[in-house]
Amino acid sequence: MFFRLVKGALFRQKGKMLMVAFTIALGASLATAMLNVMLDVGDKVNRELKTYGANINVIPKEASLLGELYDVDDDSGLTEHYLNESELGSLKTIFWAFNIVDFTPYLNARINVNSRSGGETGVNLVGAWFDKHMDLPTGESLDTGMRNMKNWWDVEGSWISDDDADSAMVGGILAERMGLGVGDTISVSIAGRLQDLNVRGIFNSGSDEDERVYVPLALAQSLIGKQGSVSSIEVSALTTPDNELSRRAAQNPNSLSVKEWETWYCTAYVSAICYQIDEVLTGSVAKPIRQVAESEGAILEKTQLLMLLITVLSLIGSALGISNLVTAGVMERSREIGLLKALGADNAPVSFLVLAEILITGVIGGVAGYFAGLGFAQIIGHSVFGSAIAIKPMVIPIVAILVFIVTVAGSLPSIRLMLSLRPAEVLHGR
Amino acid sequence: MDLLEIKGISKIYGSVKALQNIDLTVKQGEWLAIMGPSGSGKTTMMNIIGCMDKPTEGSVILDGTDISKENAKNLTAVRREKIGLIFQQFHLINYLTAVENVMVAQYYHSMPDEAEALRALERVGLLARAKHLPSQLSGGEQQRVCIARALINYPMLVLADEPTGNLDEANENIVLDIFKQLHKDGVTIVVVTHDPEVADEAERTVVLEHGRIARIVYNDAGDDTGKRADKDAGDDTGKRADADAALSDDRSIV
Repeated sequence: MFFRLVKGALFRQKGKMLMVAFTIALGASLATAMLNVMLDVGDKVNRELKTYGANINVIPKEASLLGELYDVDDDSGLTEHYLNESELGSLKTIFWAFNIVDFTPYLNARINVNSRSGGETGVNLVGAWFDKHMDLPTGESLDTGMRNMKNWWDVEGSWISDDDADSAMVGGILAERMGLGVGDTISVSIAGRLQDLNVRGIFNSGSDEDERVYVPLALAQSLIGKQGSVSSIEVSALTTPDNELSRRAAQNPNSLSVKEWETWYCTAYVSAICYQIDEVLTGSVAKPIRQVAESEGAILEKTQLLMLLITVLSLIGSALGISNLVTAGVMERSREIGLLKALGADNAPVSFLVLAEILITGVIGGVAGYFAGLGFAQIIGHSVFGSAIAIKPMVIPIVAILVFIVTVAGSLPSIRLMLSLRPAEVLHGR
Repeated sequence: MDLLEIKGISKIYGSVKALQNIDLTVKQGEWLAIMGPSGSGKTTMMNIIGCMDKPTEGSVILDGTDISKENAKNLTAVRREKIGLIFQQFHLINYLTAVENVMVAQYYHSMPDEAEALRALERVGLLARAKHLPSQLSGGEQQRVCIARALINYPMLVLADEPTGNLDEANENIVLDIFKQLHKDGVTIVVVTHDPEVADEAERTVVLEHGRIARIVYNDAGDDTGKRADKDAGDDTGKRADADAALSDDRSIV
């Protein structure tokens, strides 16, 4: 009988119930889309931000001390402390290896470049990986280097490769100052050794890199006689925004309790990744590039907050819509409800009857909204991030709970109205 | 034995005194009619007897329970267990068939039993229309479904509010015949009506005016079939001009 009553009410009011289902579907779809995007946006935004450079800088411990004590620039070539190139593959063996997106080592040296006028100009030479293929100890392989990490560089000519033995890329400011163009040859000297380099590309980065000469790492090592050595490493890692725990850990990991330490170590905080890099690279100090890390965190938090607000507002909107529609429905059915009460129905079964109708409608609307939301999420993913949004199964129970709460909350005013209906008033107009 | 005992009840809505100091008893198995012009307090009285309203003053004792003191939940239980309601507007649920409408009362009382609901419809001559929706039934048929619904749980008291108010003469007679049979079966019936013809079928008619009992008419003392003498004498038109005209010689006025 109960189901006959529910079925009858649903079919009799199908227009209104379709509106309720549509309202719920709208809220559920927005919640589904926003939650899926929100849960995936961390990686997405991180990857977007990773295209704008590294967020961790690794230097030799001694160089770090000199830098802190005497304000000596790490890449000045003045510090005679190096990291071991052969250990770089270990970066992909740390706990958060999959969060290490790219990295490249640098070897800095001060060189003289002979200009066309015959004079010599002192410039910074940087040896780096450009598109390095690595076979890792884990059996995986990796292609990393400047072409990935500096992909915003505006390059005239072409990128050089790691195998080039006599090619260089020259910064735009330096090239202009020396009157260099793509295809020109420059003669560099260091410690009395001369080397002709073919200018394969001239780049504009918008930073002081535009005053440097870049060559493959092996060539730089050969020029300055430091085979197997690197001055620093830039690492681009996907990180979790900092919080109180990570800030405390960054100051002193030993101040954490065992449980806190485990939480911190097993979360992709930039400080935890730095700590793990220090563990695998001998004599190194990994430091977050705070401006980048904090900007990433701030952007991520703001993006997630925005999505959360949209979700909450859409659900509130749905609840109000449901409330209006269901209340109107109860008012229309006041005689029927009054009759049920007159026949001896208590408030509870009558409320349960109306609630069952709304919850069935809610399930239909919620399921439809969930699938529509998955579609919206993909539209957002492709239009904003240019890639698909990963479907998170955990969104299903969250959306189910939200739909339940919104449906019940939206129904409360109508149930209150229903409870206040008195049979004598609705049946006899008294 | 008194099934219903009303002691000094009044009902006041703001400045309107719908009922004033009413005393009335209804015996088990009695057929009582409540008559009166519009605004005389008939429906208010029915609502109070039917546990759908409470008096401002006084007490209403139904089957030994003072329902004027009960809370809404207990009144609902009394209504469910002891009272069968028949409405002028029938108040059938329009998306349920005739038999389902009867079963609704069973559902909230105990357990729906379709066979029993069909027997109730058979009792009012509607077995063949059991699977029809209210929109497919005539007014008289809808009222008979309403009566079947009122009777399905074997109530102690059947309360009918203008049961023939929306019916033509033929259907009115069908409904009255059902009431006569119920009365014969010992069911206690209280009918609120404007219609003197309907009131005349009752054993006793209480006439209300301005919320007070103006008079009580005993229609056919000693005739426990509930049939009026003049009707038996061949007055089958069943209609009279007004209530006063109904007070013929074969009845006594108190």
